[in-house]
Amino acid sequence: MAEALRITRVEGRGLPMRGDDIDTDRIIPARFLRSVTFDGLEKYLFVDERAGSPAAVRAHGVHPFDDPHFQGASVLLVNSNFGCGSSREHAPQALQRWGIRAVVGESFSEIFFGNAAMIGLPCVKAAADDVRTLMDQVERTPQTAIHVDLTGNTVETEGFSCVVTLPSRVREALVTGAWDTTGLLLDRYGEVDKTAAALPYIRGF
Amino acid sequence: MGNTLLQKVWELHTVRTLPTGQTQLFIGFHLIHEVTTPQAFDTLRMRGWKVARPDRTFATADHIVPTRARTRPFLDVMAEDMLSALERNCRDFGVRFAGLDDDRQGIVHVIGPELGLTQPGMTIACGDSHTSTHGAFGAVAFGIGTSQVRDVLASQCLAIEPLKVRRIRVTGQLPPGVYAKDVALTIIQRLGVSGGVGFAYEYAGDAIERMTMDERMTICNMSIEGGARAGYVNPDQTTFDYLEGRPFAPSGEAFDRAVAWWKSMASDRDAVYDDDVAIKADELRPVVTWGVNPGQSVGVDGRVPSGREPGIDKAAVADALSYMGLEPGQPIAGMKVDVAFIGSCTNSRLSDLREAARIVKGHHIAPHVKGLVVPGSVAVSKAAEREGLDQIFRAAGFEWRGAGCSMCLGMNPDRLEGDQVCASSSNRNFKGRQGSPTGRTLLMSPAMVAAAAIAGAVTDVREIER
Ligand code: SF4
Repeated sequence: MAEALRITRVEGRGLPMRGDDIDTDRIIPARFLRSVTFDGLEKYLFVDERAGSPAAVRAHGVHPFDDPHFQGASVLLVNSNFGCGSSREHAPQALQRWGIRAVVGESFSEIFFGNAAMIGLPCVKAAADDVRTLMDQVERTPQTAIHVDLTGNTVETEGFSCVVTLPSRVREALVTGAWDTTGLLLDRYGEVDKTAAALPYIRGF
Repeated sequence: MGNTLLQKVWELHTVRTLPTGQTQLFIGFHLIHEVTTPQAFDTLRMRGWKVARPDRTFATADHIVPTRARTRPFLDVMAEDMLSALERNCRDFGVRFAGLDDDRQGIVHVIGPELGLTQPGMTIACGDSHTSTHGAFGAVAFGIGTSQVRDVLASQCLAIEPLKVRRIRVTGQLPPGVYAKDVALTIIQRLGVSGGVGFAYEYAGDAIERMTMDERMTICNMSIEGGARAGYVNPDQTTFDYLEGRPFAPSGEAFDRAVAWWKSMASDRDAVYDDDVAIKADELRPVVTWGVNPGQSVGVDGRVPSGREPGIDKAAVADALSYMGLEPGQPIAGMKVDVAFIGSCTNSRLSDLREAARIVKGHHIAPHVKGLVVPGSVAVSKAAEREGLDQIFRAAGFEWRGAGCSMCLGMNPDRLEGDQVCASSSNRNFKGRQGSPTGRTLLMSPAMVAAAAIAGAVTDVREIER
């Protein structure tokens, strides 16, 4: 079963979210933390700057997460220090639930990076110029397919390729499916059944 | 060289050693409740996982349940959200659920044993630290966090480090007025609140062997307050007699086969322990906590520390005394109490209520005291009512409530107000634990709570009985 957890590559369209120091309070405001569930959290991604708030639209224009061109995107493109601020796991959770499967950026806050890795959301670092090139390309041609290759350490699009970095410990966890204990425990589930079947109280004595 | 129960259970439940070096341990029984599960179920949903063994999983609601009126929806929106989430999760994932309209509802650690779900030789996990309670049956039981709840739901396994075993032998006769709770508080006082870290406690000795299952549960329940994640008593005839005829216990010939296996799981006579501790029951006295952790306690006839005792953590003592509003060196007896709480997974079983009722009978609680009796389960509540215990408590001025965690923690409407002092049969006296940031908790046995309620102040239960 951990087979399904192995994350070696992510392919999909991109969503550019420009700006440095995008903090977790912007990604998911604190008032949504009281909930008993991460379920539906994606609805509140960047909620205070998105449509529904006319002032926000006036100030920011169409938010990338509202832009029809980027619906269905799975690779988030960001600049530097993305995810700074509080340690809430809700931020990567909301992104993942929206459909984001990988983040490519200049740099990430350490806690956000760790929380994302724990839920199987790879955040890879690319040079500032390469991020700009990718963002420009996606804005010009939103249907551009982006290939994030965690084993080859590259990000590729039609006619463009760049090197990305990911700490080896995190890469190892992602590509082997061991990024969370559940994955590890589900690996070789046959052995679990065998152990269980040998227990008198499971057999019914 | 023989093995301990812990070693035997551990070995039988080990699936493999993980690359991380931890043991992948199969969990035979998983108890779940409304507080520590919603996000775990969410992750399952998100990843498209099922509950691996719904047949080894059982749910109930306890922490947030109002004990006065159970009308839905609850006034507290967050509590209502938690309960509805659990209901939906159990429905969606096919988990058995004893909800508020179910006669099997109650505190997780009360209903597991009561229903015969808890059995010797099992591994048991629950997202609540007092899961050690179930060790009373000779199970290896421990509390887990939400991410581990997710692990157990999805894989029925835990990634966990092996535990060492410390045997605690309690020998001799407990004096009158001294209960299992006093034994537990004494152990924590002597070994420290973190003395058990890395250990499972095996409670042994003739005093433990003579104890009922209820008493053994009280002792095992408090293991975690001494830092031990698990605590257990080797299964014996008392255990088997308790289990026979319970709804989920094996029956007929299967029961006999089960007993044979259960016996074989007990620690061998020549088992080797990582540590051994002896406690003399005859020396014990009723214990009351004076501070802000369960290790800060003293005999009811004793005095709180002056702060000048050799080797004492002066700053911690001074802080605890000032929080509690106590003068250094003052006698603990006579400290005024505002609230008396009889309940929690430590001491809310039928025998606890019987003992408290025996003390209360013919008395009335002091006019300034608010008294609360909260049975641990619907079953305990009904059994107590059949015996008329509710009438005894009511006549004495106590409120008789519905089953739940109640004032053990501040997650439901039963809370201390301001800096009220509460004589409590629960297990934690941390600052703010009972729902008010300045509330003060004195842990003691249910009989001692009853005595404190009557006197309006900390009192030696043996004096009330005289
Ligand atoms: S009674 Fe208290 S300690 Fe026991 S399960 Fe409930 S909240 Fe936890």
